[in-house]
Amino acid sequence: MKLRNIIAVLFLALAVSSVAKAQLQLNGAGATFPAVIYSKWFDEYKNLTGVQFNYQAIGSGGGIRQVTEGTVDFGASDGPMTDQQLADVKAKQGVDVLHIPTVMGGIVLSYNLPSVSQKLKFDGSIVADIYLGKITKWNDSRIAAINPGVSLPNKAILVAHRSDGSGTTFIFTNYLSKVSSEWKSKVGNNTSVNWPVGLGGKGNDGVAGLVKQTEGSIGYVELAYAVQNKLPYGLLKNKAGNFVDANFNTVTEAAAGAVKHMPDDLRAIITDSDGKNAYPIAGFTWLLIYKDMKNTTKAAALVKFLKWAMEKGESYASGLYYAPLPKQVVKLCEKKIASITSNGKKIK
Amino acid sequence: MSVFLLVLLMGYEMYLGSKPSIEKFGWGFLTSSTWDPVQEIFGALPVIYGTVVSSLLALIITLPLSIGVAIFLAETAPPWLEKPLSFLVELLAGIPSVVYGLWGIFVLVPFLRDTVEPYLSDKFGNLPFFTGAPYGFGLLAAVLILSIMVLPIIASISRDVLRSVPQSQREAALALGATKWQATKIVLKDAMPGIFGATMLGLGRAIGETMAVTMVIGNRALISPSLFDPSYTMASVIANEFTEATSQLYLSSLIELALVLFVITIIINGLARLLVWSMERRWKAS
Repeated sequence: MKLRNIIAVLFLALAVSSVAKAQLQLNGAGATFPAVIYSKWFDEYKNLTGVQFNYQAIGSGGGIRQVTEGTVDFGASDGPMTDQQLADVKAKQGVDVLHIPTVMGGIVLSYNLPSVSQKLKFDGSIVADIYLGKITKWNDSRIAAINPGVSLPNKAILVAHRSDGSGTTFIFTNYLSKVSSEWKSKVGNNTSVNWPVGLGGKGNDGVAGLVKQTEGSIGYVELAYAVQNKLPYGLLKNKAGNFVDANFNTVTEAAAGAVKHMPDDLRAIITDSDGKNAYPIAGFTWLLIYKDMKNTTKAAALVKFLKWAMEKGESYASGLYYAPLPKQVVKLCEKKIASITSNGKKIK
Repeated sequence: MSVFLLVLLMGYEMYLGSKPSIEKFGWGFLTSSTWDPVQEIFGALPVIYGTVVSSLLALIITLPLSIGVAIFLAETAPPWLEKPLSFLVELLAGIPSVVYGLWGIFVLVPFLRDTVEPYLSDKFGNLPFFTGAPYGFGLLAAVLILSIMVLPIIASISRDVLRSVPQSQREAALALGATKWQATKIVLKDAMPGIFGATMLGLGRAIGETMAVTMVIGNRALISPSLFDPSYTMASVIANEFTEATSQLYLSSLIELALVLFVITIIINGLARLLVWSMERRWKAS
């Protein structure tokens, strides 16, 4: 008797919750890097409006695939879609995809040299040559030349990189391709590449693990991850010739520096950017939104959410270790958001 | 029957998925050693090599140990020791592989780097197997982790197989004046097909293991005789790169890799069946 009551209550609860679930739910999938701030946004926004988001952090590649197949309402990616991919979506779904930048991340070079207490300085060609395997010792004359007064150990450099495909690798190799023509021709730029040297670690924690475990190692990790885990990292010379420390301000400045050359579709790569204090290895992460949506209710909700994210959401960024968008970029995004339509009609 | 259909369907699905890559690279996929997602040139030889070598070496290390454990548990251990030991061995099988991986990073790798690998390169440095910089991460770490992970599977199944040999066999051998060890050898012979099956299960686990391996192996597609060098396995490549593989060819190459892994597993299992079968026949004839 008792059991039957419990079951009845359970069914009732299920029925009620499924009625509650019948309210609007938007499905998205994609990049893992912004997943933390996205879930914060979705949570806050649900409390405000009751609109539910279901975001699956399956990786940028997965996000792009889902958008292409039309199985989600929006996607997310750390790397911009290629022209080919955009054409694929157009062919399959008959609609264009908009890139809306949301937040930014920086990538830092973390190293393990217990005997060196001050922050080491690097420049692009040195980093490229370390990752090409051409600079193999820490006391190499080129490293010593830009680090006067630092006693560098006569130790082999162990290079650590990501073994999994990632937006982080995309941005990092994009930077190396810009600063080294040899890197560009030999290795190139993608979410994973054919590394000439080094060991691969899975995820930021994998690379950080390699670096922490091995004296004399160097690896690239996301700025947020390095800050949260108190990893030491170096200064990097930017285009303007200054050695810049990576923090949320310098990353945001990298985007500000790139605004001039911002392409119309906002698929901007902001590595090696202009600006006095712009940190050179930085990148946007994007939401991928269909320019035209059939479901008017969903379209309206999504547009409303995007507007909210640009107005209010950005303020959550730095608390969660993301760099917020600079004002100029927010303006460009808002313009883009206003161009979203439903069945060809503007959304109020 | 339905299992057979399922296998067939899986194979067919993977074949469909990997078609673009098969058409582009043909058999070259199996023999080329470049894996370059930027140029979209995909060759699987180094990862096939890494998978096969790491699994086989792990098996070579673990086999004598596991059979020893099984014999001890089934034949010689006193009951008060046998129960907790069996429990511990089975517990080893239940540990998630990511925990093995973490243990590998924080305990095994530093130990290899600071103690084992310098010793090996000092004593046997003129052999090609122990050359290169001792980082700890690499093929050796993966082999050792795998051998620990496979041990409980082989040991506990072999123990059950040994136990299922009728008691009368042991008694008959002892009655004929055999020593304890000679009697155990006779029991072992009876249990051979079962132990072989256990070994194949263990090998299957080693070949398919992803997480623990990728955490310690160094993840570089490289064919090198040295155990200190990084390597890469098929399962790890798929797990690492699948989520971010955006282009059609890249994706289908990864699926072809899964197909190759699938075929290799089938071949190994087939060979094992064949061996067991021929052994049984010989045994029956004698």
